[in-house]
Amino acid sequence: MSREGVFLLVMSALPFLGALIPGLMIRAGRTACATFAAVPTALALTMLLILAPSVMQGEVIRVELDWLPQLGLSVSFFLDGLGLLFAGMILGVGLLVTLYARFYLSSDDPMGQFYTYLLLFQGAMLGIVLSDNILLLLIFWELTSLSSFLLIGYWKHLPEGRQGARMALAVTGGGGLAMIGGMLILGNIAGSYNLTDILTQGDAIRASEWYLPALILILLGAFTKSAQFPFHFWLPHAMAAPTPVSAYLHSATMVKAGVFLLARMWPVLAGTDAWFYIVATTGLITMVLGALIALFKNDLKALLAYSTVSHLGLLTMLLGFGTKFAAIVAVFHIINHLTFKAALFMTAGIVDHAVHSRDIKRLGGLRHLMPITFVIGTVAALSMAGIPLFNGFLSKEMMLDEAARTGWAGSAWVVPALATLGALLSVAYSFRFIMHVFFGPVRDDYPAEPHDPPFGLWAAPALLVVGVVLIGLVPALVVGPLVAVAGGAVIGGGELPYYSLKIWHGVTPALFMSAAAVLGGLLLLWRHAPLDRVWLAAPRPEAKVIFDRLIAAAVSLARRITDRAHDGAMSRYLAIFVVATVALGAVAWTGGGTPPPTRGLQPVPLVVAIGWALLLVAAVSVVVTHRSRFLALVLISIIGLMISAGFVYLSAPDLALTQIAVETVTIMLLLLALHFLPKTTPIESGWFRRIRDGMIAAAAGGGVGALAYVFLLRDVDTISGYHLENSYVGGGGTNVVNVILVDFRGYDTYGEIIVLAIAGLVIFAAIEALLSGPAAARIRNTNYTQDRSRDRHPLMMVVATRVMMPIAIMVGVYIFLRGHNQPGGGFVAGLVISIALLMQYMASGFAWAQARQRIGYHTMIGWGVLIAGLTGAAAWLAGRPFLTSAFGYVHLPPIEEFELATAMAFDLGVFLAVLGAVMLMLYSLSRIARYAGETQNADPMDFDPSERKTDPKEGV
Amino acid sequence: MEIVVASSVAVLTAGGVYLILRLRTFPVILGLALLSYAVNIFLFASGRLASGLPPVLSRYGDATYTDPLPQALVLTAIVISFGMTAVLVIVALGAFLESGSDRIDIAPPEDDAAPQESHR
Repeated sequence: MSREGVFLLVMSALPFLGALIPGLMIRAGRTACATFAAVPTALALTMLLILAPSVMQGEVIRVELDWLPQLGLSVSFFLDGLGLLFAGMILGVGLLVTLYARFYLSSDDPMGQFYTYLLLFQGAMLGIVLSDNILLLLIFWELTSLSSFLLIGYWKHLPEGRQGARMALAVTGGGGLAMIGGMLILGNIAGSYNLTDILTQGDAIRASEWYLPALILILLGAFTKSAQFPFHFWLPHAMAAPTPVSAYLHSATMVKAGVFLLARMWPVLAGTDAWFYIVATTGLITMVLGALIALFKNDLKALLAYSTVSHLGLLTMLLGFGTKFAAIVAVFHIINHLTFKAALFMTAGIVDHAVHSRDIKRLGGLRHLMPITFVIGTVAALSMAGIPLFNGFLSKEMMLDEAARTGWAGSAWVVPALATLGALLSVAYSFRFIMHVFFGPVRDDYPAEPHDPPFGLWAAPALLVVGVVLIGLVPALVVGPLVAVAGGAVIGGGELPYYSLKIWHGVTPALFMSAAAVLGGLLLLWRHAPLDRVWLAAPRPEAKVIFDRLIAAAVSLARRITDRAHDGAMSRYLAIFVVATVALGAVAWTGGGTPPPTRGLQPVPLVVAIGWALLLVAAVSVVVTHRSRFLALVLISIIGLMISAGFVYLSAPDLALTQIAVETVTIMLLLLALHFLPKTTPIESGWFRRIRDGMIAAAAGGGVGALAYVFLLRDVDTISGYHLENSYVGGGGTNVVNVILVDFRGYDTYGEIIVLAIAGLVIFAAIEALLSGPAAARIRNTNYTQDRSRDRHPLMMVVATRVMMPIAIMVGVYIFLRGHNQPGGGFVAGLVISIALLMQYMASGFAWAQARQRIGYHTMIGWGVLIAGLTGAAAWLAGRPFLTSAFGYVHLPPIEEFELATAMAFDLGVFLAVLGAVMLMLYSLSRIARYAGETQNADPMDFDPSERKTDPKEGV
Repeated sequence: MEIVVASSVAVLTAGGVYLILRLRTFPVILGLALLSYAVNIFLFASGRLASGLPPVLSRYGDATYTDPLPQALVLTAIVISFGMTAVLVIVALGAFLESGSDRIDIAPPEDDAAPQESHR
């Protein structure tokens, strides 16, 4: 990577890195915060200036890093003339705005946040103009929408700010979505997402049948971002943002992103009729309409906002003309507009800051009270009006010159006339800005005493108006080379058309148009008061109202659909789901053929047939008798038992063990829950419904059964051969099922024990919440005594469980230890031991068992997951991937040779997590009993014969 | 044997589906339990049926084995379905204790005025 490339990469990353700084520095004070926010910008600007000379000589600097090559997405940047112009604007104005905002924001505003948002925005904007990959460009594009949302809504207490931010996000974000589609089409046509490649394929793209859809979608993105008619309405509402934001986003950078995109795509998309009629017409309408509305706005920032809309329209129109000369004029006007408009926004901010009002009707006569502001504002506004000696004049003359030569749909006068009208209105509102704010009589009812601001506040706009004047006087010297190189980049290389940046072009049509505009504009301003009354009386569509109504309609439509589809009837959702699934299965079935059977039927021994009959009878009985809930539970345990037996017969000893253990805890769990639930299910559904559900059930069951039958008769290629071959060699175990669990697919198992652990914790938390809520009172007030046994802790059971406890634990340990080589393992062992513990709870009571519990179940779950995770991570130390296992054989006399494998430690984690989770679930459930008026038992038995013998007085 | 397994899956599925379409929580939980059985057997059967061929390697050279992979998958599925059932039971229990009703459907608005039923 070249030195320049590294610079480019660092430059684009700097604002994002810098965004972290203000948040940290705000504790050091506001000035320190602003200073450190300026550092990354200044550094990036310095790098840009270092790169600038080679770019000015026509070189293009590139850098590329792969990101997601499968998607064609790479982190690639390039810096050409156009990029240089925009990057310079973004960083230069960024620096000025940083300075200005330091003095503008009051001490109540969270300044750290402001600078963080500002730098995020700057980074995103810089990314747009430097991206060499259109997918990357789209990412930055959306980032500008998001960060500008934060900036516009910066004053969170202002409802206008929040609404304006939302509207800006909806409009620009929506356009961004359209643009994603357009860019993907473009990339598809060009066969590459690299901008450099796309730019070389202009002819192919314009000839493609997908050109028009791509063009429209991309233009939607550009027009929404650059506030073109009819999407112009968000920009004035975004003016609720603090003025530094308006100056930065809404005059210099973000709204120019759309124009930038038009310029960037100009060599590829421009030059067709579609381009001309869509882009130039939109620009023309926007220019005139924006200027017209601006003339009648009383809020300074609204006036400037609409004037910005108008100038963006002008730029769009110029690019829409599709001629090389117009494209160069657009580039030149981008520079000019930047200088005078940013200065004007800052002036408006200064006035607002000093007078506490931006309402033109309450201002006037400020020229003596605020002389510095007056000079800055006037120079900038004169330039906006297009008065000679200022830079706005030069680009406006060239624009009129080009407009005079442009025909529209066969008519030669439409474009020149409307362009002159736009210029005329522009003169009118610019002079209105000057006359109504600074001239006129000094008033005595200003909301605050007007005064010139401190140097820090006027330094930035002053610098900008110096630029206005210098460019206005000696354009070719100041910006000539920049315009040439940036314009060259826009038109995609080749000869630059003839143009000259100078004040006097001789007596041309443009001069007459310009003169007419100035005279007409002044006339209009003179008659402003009566016109204003007409304007106010005329019916005007209010964009915000329409927008709000559209949003409300969309929301209510969405709500209606949602309410309709999700009416809270879960049985209906489930019915729809089952029917849809069965239907999909049926469609798939009829669509494909089946090969002939390759396996024969296996014989059914008598024992299996009896078990099968038991299972079927139990399953049917569960359905028939499900209203009697205890009975259904007893029947369901028969099913579980038969399935375990079936697993034994069908060579799955591990499954049989697991199934029978899970069956036991499930039944215990359901019994516990049933204690607090109604014991019967009332009859609620009618015959029709039952028959309908029965048909759905029969279809589902029949379909699944048929599917199972069909695949059972056909052979299949599996990957199990690999597992069987490598189980002993690679995993060190002969029980392949266990080796798969703890080794081959250990990662799955790890996830599964975590799921189980979470389920346990969820249950604990749910019960905790339940018992601290209103339900606790309900439990307390319900009488459960009739469900309760008279002999809660029978003597026989207590003694039997006590005797069996060590044996059960021994069995558990044995099953755990042999798991790697014989049926068993952590899952089964955990379940077996939890059953042993549950028996103690059942026999001797909750309180008695709880008092003897040493390790908390939460701790057990935690250790389980931790041990399993650490075992897996230990493989990293050996330089292997996560969960690679190792094993070896140890001979310790007098014990037989035995094996030690890391998989054992993993299985220990599984064991602990399963034990802890199962116990936590049942333990949590039985905690409810305490609230149900259950008596606490400190003794293992209600009636303890041994105690009675020794000390009769202290009996029960 | 294949018919035995397929028909068991069919009956369990049908019973499970019928029960999950009921209107109270407890039958739905029972229905899901039946469906879990059905799904587990179905998955297990995808390794094809074999009797007397355990997935434990023999010390004495070549032998045929049953397919161990579906077994491993079903083993965890059994344990996880227990966790799922437990969470559902608690949700059902919590809903009943909080609202006094164990219906699974949110009653349409006009039924709101109806008096709350009592189960005891």
